[in-house]
Amino acid sequence: MIRSDVLRDIAPIIRDHLVVCNIGLPSQELHLIDDQPSNFYMLGTMGLSSSIGLGVALAQDKKVISIDGDGSVLTNFGTLPTIANNVADNFILLIIDNGSYGSTGDQPTYAGMKTSLTAVAKACGCENVVECQAEDTGRVLQEALDGNKMTIIVCKCESGNIKVPVITMDPVVIRDRFMKTAAG
Amino acid sequence: MSVSQKIVADLVANNIEFITTVPCKQLAGVIDEVEASPAIHHIPANKEDEGIGLCAGAWMGGKRPAIIMQNTAIGVVVNTLVTLTQFYRMPLPMLISYRGELREPVACQVEMAVHTKALLNQLHIPTYHFHKEADAAELDAILKYTFMCNKPVAILTDASFWGGYGDQ
Repeated sequence: MIRSDVLRDIAPIIRDHLVVCNIGLPSQELHLIDDQPSNFYMLGTMGLSSSIGLGVALAQDKKVISIDGDGSVLTNFGTLPTIANNVADNFILLIIDNGSYGSTGDQPTYAGMKTSLTAVAKACGCENVVECQAEDTGRVLQEALDGNKMTIIVCKCESGNIKVPVITMDPVVIRDRFMKTAAG
Repeated sequence: MSVSQKIVADLVANNIEFITTVPCKQLAGVIDEVEASPAIHHIPANKEDEGIGLCAGAWMGGKRPAIIMQNTAIGVVVNTLVTLTQFYRMPLPMLISYRGELREPVACQVEMAVHTKALLNQLHIPTYHFHKEADAAELDAILKYTFMCNKPVAILTDASFWGGYGDQ
């Protein structure tokens, strides 16, 4: 399974929650598969999906799922200690770890080599870290949502992309409909 | 009331409930007041772009944010300010220690100080400079302005404003 297969699998699970989605192909794929006003698509700023999602989770009570990638977590490594030390039980960080920078041409990341993001998240102090295979992501995510505990999920999947159009929606529209869903 | 207490009182009076900080020696007093305030959720960040991401999320979740950081951070956060805060039109008061100005003991700080206002100007970020303690009287109006216009706004606070570094 590649990332878009994982997103297709989890779309029915995440559609009723606030979702912050990583820049580039992940956002474009989610937008194509199941566009929802509760999705915040990042159009810039690689690495900050987990930071934005934690901010949303700390500010209100609805459940928030940040969809991140191994490359972008590596870009913003400082986020994991911040998450570990500021627990929000309505927050789930889903790292789709395909061992590559998918949006830029599948260059390999260190997460696909010696570095284990699962081990890093645990070492940073995150208490509920679950590593799963791509096929099990939906089940693991649903369990995390039902468990009401902040959870970091590292989903190991294959590298690869589908052809998707860029998101042309105005950023203020994306932000405004997300905020209205959060406040609703 | 100390100047740090006055600053935090203005933040609280403007319903700012979520503050991220990356420390600076000059800001230690105000960060202590932020941490001590029961009205503020204080999240220390490891890097300033992470802090701005947290602030963006908090604002979308319904809480008014602010970030407290050093001016060297301007060199770190240009992309985040442009493609997140400005592109999505989000308000963000940035209380910034203006290192490298008069009374600065560390020469390297001057290297970033000479670029600070030029970068903020290039980014079209409204910028206010507190040099004397009385300048802090404008903070309340600056905060109201920030949340009126949905922009990042910089408040530079130099060593003279904070009373210098003591004996040198």
